[in-house]
Amino acid sequence: MENILEVKDLNISFDTYGGEVKAIRGVSFDLKKGETLAIVGESGSGKSVTTRAIARLIPSPPGRITSGEILFEGKDLVKASEKQMQNIRGKDISTIFQDPMTSLNPTMKIGNQIMEGLIKHQKMPRGQAKKRTVELLELVGLPNASERVDQYPHQFSGGQRQRVVVAIALACNPKILIADEPTTALDVTIQAQILELMKDIQKKTDSSIIFITHDLGVVANVADRVAVMYAGKIVEIGTVDDIFYNPKHPYTWGLLGSMPTLDSNEEELVAIPGSPPDMLKPPKGDAFAPRNEYALEIDKVQEPPMFKVSETHYAATWLLHEYAPDIEPPEAVKKRMKGFAKTGTIRTSEEGEKS
Amino acid sequence: MAKYIFQRLVYMFITLFIIATASFFLMKQLPGSPFKAEEKLSAAQLEILYEKYNLNDPLPIQYLNYLGNLFQGDLGVSFQMNNQPVTEILMSRIPVSAHLGIQAMIIGTIIGMLLGVVAALYSNSVIDYASNIISVIGISIPSFIFAGLLQYYLGVELGILPVAFWGSFAHTIMPTIALAIFPLAISARFVRTELIEVLGSDYIVTARAKGVSNATLMFKHGLRNALIPLVTVMGPMAVSLMTGTLVIEQIFAVPGIGEQFVTSIMTDDFPIIMGTTLFFAFFFILIILVIDILYGIIDPRIRIAGGKD
Ligand SMILES: Nc1ncnc2c1ncn2[C@@H]1O[C@H](COP(=O)(O)OP(=O)(O)OP(=O)(O)O)[C@@H](O)[C@H]1O
Ligand SMILES: [Mg+2]
Repeated sequence: MENILEVKDLNISFDTYGGEVKAIRGVSFDLKKGETLAIVGESGSGKSVTTRAIARLIPSPPGRITSGEILFEGKDLVKASEKQMQNIRGKDISTIFQDPMTSLNPTMKIGNQIMEGLIKHQKMPRGQAKKRTVELLELVGLPNASERVDQYPHQFSGGQRQRVVVAIALACNPKILIADEPTTALDVTIQAQILELMKDIQKKTDSSIIFITHDLGVVANVADRVAVMYAGKIVEIGTVDDIFYNPKHPYTWGLLGSMPTLDSNEEELVAIPGSPPDMLKPPKGDAFAPRNEYALEIDKVQEPPMFKVSETHYAATWLLHEYAPDIEPPEAVKKRMKGFAKTGTIRTSEEGEKS
Repeated sequence: MAKYIFQRLVYMFITLFIIATASFFLMKQLPGSPFKAEEKLSAAQLEILYEKYNLNDPLPIQYLNYLGNLFQGDLGVSFQMNNQPVTEILMSRIPVSAHLGIQAMIIGTIIGMLLGVVAALYSNSVIDYASNIISVIGISIPSFIFAGLLQYYLGVELGILPVAFWGSFAHTIMPTIALAIFPLAISARFVRTELIEVLGSDYIVTARAKGVSNATLMFKHGLRNALIPLVTVMGPMAVSLMTGTLVIEQIFAVPGIGEQFVTSIMTDDFPIIMGTTLFFAFFFILIILVIDILYGIIDPRIRIAGGKD
């Protein structure tokens, strides 16, 4: 499949009073047409910064893309002008943010907020834009759409507002939809509905989705591929099956071990010890080494490169080096991997819904 | 909405009644007598004057008389100015003060707003610091100091503007500047803070993510949300202008209501003091009411809440 987006060796820093925070340190990945890539990782690992950089939405100052390329359909967005970006944002690349309570303009009718993109990018006259807005609101499952276009955000519930935000993002049939924890602020049933909605629309429009979440259960449900981020780097990337059945990085093991599943009881949940490094002064060697019980001597000195596990699967850990000792994932994680296979948590749940 | 306004009007009436009562009794505590200036008057003549204005009646009777007249819209007659009715005096003075006040308010808030917007857009730049210094000066230095400085430099040294009195537009310039500095300083600070906060909010990022132009972002999404709360400080600003006129009109010898008020206090002209106090109170309450209603109209969140009951 063809790549719609290629991120190459992206580095992003923030200039703060304390010094330069190297938030993103050499991130590379690509996104294929029509696929869903999930990005997971602890808070502060750089998921939002990476994805906001794609739409060039990092506030500058303090943010700065220090090096790297973001190739969208072959064109480097890092070098694009603000005017060029304005023509790409909302049209080719749309973003859904985390908090529906604050991401809508409180003094503007929601119809106008949705129409804005249509008028700007598709040069629609107002009347036609309004018609399309009503259609969009119906598409995202908001009843009474024709009345609600003239209402203000405070007249909507959180779940309804997030539908409006989704409608804004979808208005111009974007090629890439970036969803930064779109359901974190919502309750579980609404979450499921919004996810379902995004999947439906993706099928219809063949757009690509980058999906950020803390919920590995959601990842298993919606994603084709997964990127695991730690301290500003992608430490492991692969298909959902690669990551859930054959994880290679000890950090991924940690994430899987701390993921609750239906049949696991409390004791089996293992938290990753310690906390992420201070990005003001990233440690020498592998940033995860101090928290890694499988760390090798070399981890303290030199950062591991990306090792290829298979055509689709890469991980940055010295454990994959040919001279490294053979180390198996911890028992709890292995048990859990078997559990995924047995209960069919992964993938099959989607098929289950369809049948 | 109608019910709400009616309720507010009732409260307004009660407040005015309390103020009328309080100021009546407080005024009776003022030392001196309205007729002390006429030193040549004999005790007998004074007695006649007191009798004429019913100042010899017991206090409760005077109070009831006063209230009775008040309800009929009669504020009494001036002791000092040839028995001219107080309402007539107020009516001749209010337009002058209103002219000054409105001019100062408009100029002050508009320049302040511009200053605040520029300061927010270039926050932590030289422009921002300069605007900050202007605001601090404007807020902390009383207006009569500016009035004096203006009179000295523009009026006396350069001689480009009349030092005092009222008549042409040129006469209004210096008192307007002196009065406008406070609202200017307040609105510059306020708009800067609000705009910086609004520009950092999530919905601005959402709007940017839609691909809107910088101008749209600024005016449609940013400024509107930043300026709505400015309406809330307009009330206190109008009131401070009111008290400002007391001094400024005196300094520039402007025949407004503030100048009249100060003169009346000096001469114990009770009916005018009472009338002006009531007028100030009425005006103050009215401003607050108008601003509340205005706020409801421009902020949809409040408009709907008000509309439901
Ligand atoms: N405006 C900023 N100024 C300074 N540092 C910043 C700024 N924005 C982000 N960072 C830094 O960038 C790093 C990555 O932040 P990011 O928001 O991408 O994390 P995240 O993975 O999205 O976390 P979460 O799961 O909590 O959303 C953090 O270390 C953060 O401190
Ligand atoms: Mg985030």
